[in-house]
Order: sequence, then structure tokens, then C-alpha cells
Amino acid sequence: MSTQTLSAPAELPGRIGLAQTAQHSLALAGRGVIKFMKSPMQLVDVILTPIISLLMFIYLFGDAMSGGDTHGYLQHVTPGVMVMAVFQASIGIGASLSADASTGIFDRFRSMPIARSSPLIGAVLADIVRYVACLATLVVLALIMGYRVGTNPVASLAAVALLIGFALSFSWISVFLGMLIKNPASVQGLMTILILPLTFASNVFVSDNKMADWLQAWSDVNPVSLVADAVRGLLNGGPVAGSLAGSLAWMAGVIVVFFPLAMRAYRKNAG
Amino acid sequence: MGYAIRAEGLVKKYGDFTALDGVDLEVPAGKVVGVLGPNGAGKTTTVRILATLMRPDAGHASIGGYDIVKDPVRVRQLIGLTGQFASVDETLSGAENLVLIGRLLGLARRDAKARAAELLENFSLTEAARKPIATFSGGMRRRLDLAASLVGRPQVLFLDEPTTGLDPHARQEVWNVVRQLVADGSTVLLTTQYLEEADQLADSITVFDKGRKVAEGRPGELKRRVGGQILQVRPAMAADVPQVAQLLAELSGHSPAQDSGVLTVPADDPLLVAAVARRLDGAGITADELGLRLPSLDEVFLALTGHEPAVADEQPVAV
Repeated sequence: MSTQTLSAPAELPGRIGLAQTAQHSLALAGRGVIKFMKSPMQLVDVILTPIISLLMFIYLFGDAMSGGDTHGYLQHVTPGVMVMAVFQASIGIGASLSADASTGIFDRFRSMPIARSSPLIGAVLADIVRYVACLATLVVLALIMGYRVGTNPVASLAAVALLIGFALSFSWISVFLGMLIKNPASVQGLMTILILPLTFASNVFVSDNKMADWLQAWSDVNPVSLVADAVRGLLNGGPVAGSLAGSLAWMAGVIVVFFPLAMRAYRKNAG
Repeated sequence: MGYAIRAEGLVKKYGDFTALDGVDLEVPAGKVVGVLGPNGAGKTTTVRILATLMRPDAGHASIGGYDIVKDPVRVRQLIGLTGQFASVDETLSGAENLVLIGRLLGLARRDAKARAAELLENFSLTEAARKPIATFSGGMRRRLDLAASLVGRPQVLFLDEPTTGLDPHARQEVWNVVRQLVADGSTVLLTTQYLEEADQLADSITVFDKGRKVAEGRPGELKRRVGGQILQVRPAMAADVPQVAQLLAELSGHSPAQDSGVLTVPADDPLLVAAVARRLDGAGITADELGLRLPSLDEVFLALTGHEPAVADEQPVAV
């Protein structure tokens, strides 16, 4: 075991590099993935919510919204529901991290020579399992209901990558709130309120041109609309460049603002 | 020999509450220092500061020569921490927890697995290796917690109340593990509410109260200051209490303390019990209880500080 004399000062590195940060984050993401595998019930919400959304919007409101063209509406709504579903799946992380950070295991991480950000980055990355489960469910259901992809596999994969990237970047808002607020239920409640205007005041369910002017102005810059447009373009065909650029700008902006905020709150959280 | 842990004038405030009020601490390399004190004495705050989990408001400290504020990454490479609350993942198995920590410390997957297996074996946890922690007993959990702190072979180990809430059997198990570490030459800072625990494990004891150091010394020295063991008598008849009190005062030379029918005096002389028993017998007084025990934390505090601990502890020192 250990020896009586402590190591000479020069032997120990004093900083943690980027490569190590990535390595630590991946190891901790592995912990999250194992946890999902052990209790798959944690995935029930991300599997059931999109199923209910899609069925409801097509069979309940579809006729009224589309004026009879249910297939056309399915083609319009499916990419949008994908955006909404991964967005909803991305907000759970704040509540679970808020609960996790108050346990001893986070104290252990803080006392170890690993990157401070790695427990948070690891948790964010582990949620990819949730996004994949969510999207896989939606794709299968939509195909059964008659949805058809109008482009090629490469574009489809790009759409999936965009959706997961969108969820990963926007989940930092939830992580920030989770580090700021010690009560997990409040975090979940706040996030739910936050995403409502983003998802419903968007072009997910209604085309922009059916909205009032002020609503359309908001919808045009709404990240949910932009990502939905880009995914529609990538899956159904049509213009992609503008909405994709807008989506990526939003994703970068959210990370630039909320990653440092989340890290600051996490450091303070330690007391 | 150098100091593994050195702290000077540590202060930590939470609003108006002063958790630490200028604490100095020195732990020589390879020694075990026990920090003894009631809840709220500042023990956990001290450990959290030294383990780089929080920063002191004033004062400074170093581990192995590295400043805990300026050089936390180096400090973290030297230390292991077992907190008061299980610092392992409940949903993962014992082996998965240890492998994860090994991976985080930069071990290759195969080495992490080997190290995990070695520790599970050392801590008699091999059978439980595949089970989730949630199914572990309290003692097993603490042993796994200790094992998790040792994956990186730390030179300085912090044990924050390692046996609080454990039954006597589990406490004994944890003590055995700590003794083994000590034999291997680790430097250990141990906090505890139990005088007996500090006595069993530590080379020297520091007593904390209300964020201050109130006493320090070798266990034997402190116990002598406290008066060693305590003789405790409970007369069967309440009416006999005054007579027994007089008898105890006469035999021990101390005036006895009395609490709900139980009389206690410091027992400087090991033969006191026999003397008291003979006299009680001679006077025809029956005692429900007569024996020696170690002083409780309250009594240690009373002897060292002249007052009861700031926050009373619900569990007295085990007999």
C-alpha cells in the first residue's frame, strides 16, 4: 500500500488537460449508461410521451389541423414531434443531477483528481441513450402510421445527429437549474414551463403562415421551429441551409452561456 | 519526519454561524490522528476543507506540502476520502463502483478490474461484488466505501465518522480494516464521536468543540486527564442512594455524580470495584448495576472543557 514518505512535488501534474477531461467524462457517461441498463423504467417517459403525442396529434387533431390531408400532416408533424420529444427528454437531467449532486458520490468525484466538469459532462452524454430510445420509438411508430422518408440515409443520419446535438446542448439549461436549485421537483417544474412556449409557439404543429404576425415573428427565430425546419428538410426534402445554420447558432449560443453558468453553480453547490 | 497534513488558523463561516474558528492541525506522515467531538464541533467541515471540497474563509492548509487552495489537483492525487454518507453509487454493483473509480484515476480497464478484485478480496466483499449496493448491509457498504477510497493507493486518508450508525459488529469490521491500513503505513485523519474509537485507532487525539481545538494528546494522556474509567452504581432501592453516595465519596475520594438513580465516580484505582462491592455487601445494600466503563463523550467534554458538548450526542460511548 502507501509508503511513509509523500511523493516529491515535481512528480504530480498540477492541471487536468482536455484529453483527460474527455476520458473522465466518458468514464462517467459509462456509469450513466449502466444505470439506464439496470433500470430501464427510467426510459419509459421518453418512449411513451412521443407515442402519445404523435397518436394524439394525428388521430385527434389531424383532421382539423390539416383540412383532411392526414398524410400530408403526418409528413409535417413527425419531424416536429421528434424535436419536441428529444427536447422533453433533455429536461429530466437537471432534476436527476440535482438529486445526485447532494449524495456522497459527488463528494467523492470532487475529491478525486479528475476534471471538475466531468461528472456533469458525463451525465449529459449518458442521456444520449434516452434520446436514441425516444427517436427509435418515434421512427418505428411514424413508419407504421405511413410516414415516408423522402431523402437518403445520409441525410436521415444527419437529421438524427442534429436532433441529438440539439438535445445535448439545450440540456445544459436544465443542468444549470439543477445545480442552482436544490429541490429536484422545482427543477423539473421550471423546465416544463420553459419548454411549453418554445414547443407550442413553433411550427411543429401549425405552419408559420397560419399564425398571427407577432407569433410568426417569434416562431421564425424559435430554436424549436428552426430545428424542426432543418429536420423536415433533411428527412422530407427541401431547403435546409438557413434553418440548419440558425439551429447550430442556437446550440452554440446555449452552450456558451449555460455551460459556464452550470459549472459556476456546481462549484458553489459544493459549499 | 515531515507532516502529511498541516493546517493553520482554519476558519469557515456559514452566515452568522462560525463552523471553524481558527483550527490548527498537524498530522505526521504515517500516523493516525483522531479528531473527537460532538455533532457541530467542526469535524466534517475540517475534513471537507482538507479534502478540497470547500475553501476556508481564512487560514491555510497543505497536504504533503501542497497548498489545498492553490494546488487542489495535486492534493487530490494524494488523498482518499470516505465521507459520513455513502460515497458509492447505490445502483451499481460493488465491482462496477470500484472499476469506475479506477478508470477515473487513469487505470486501463484490465488494471482497474484487477485492482477492484484485489480490494474486494481484501475487504471480504468478493461474494457481494456483483450485487447492487442497495442490497448491502451497513457494514458492507462502509467497507466498500473504504475500498473505493483506496483504489488510487492514497497516501493520506480522510475517514469522516466511518462507523457512525453502524452496529457493534460492523464497527469492529471497519476498525479491522483501518488497523490494516495503519499497519501498511497510511496517514489517516479520522473523525469520530466515540472516545473508544479514537482510543482504539489513533496515535493521538485532537478534541474539537464549537469549531475550536480544546485539547490534544495521546489517548492515554487524555484519558488520564479525564480520569480513566468510571465506576457506575445503581442501587436497587432509591432510598439507598444517599448512603451509597457517601460510601463512594469515601472510597474514591471524588464526590459522585448522580443521574436518575445512577451514581458515578472516576475510578482511578482498579481495585475500587472490589472495595465498593465489599462495602455494599457489608451494609446489606443490593445494587442492580455495578461496574466500570469508559467515560462518555459528555464526560470527556465536562472534564476537558468544563461544559457539556455543544450538541448532545444521542449515542454514548460503547462500554
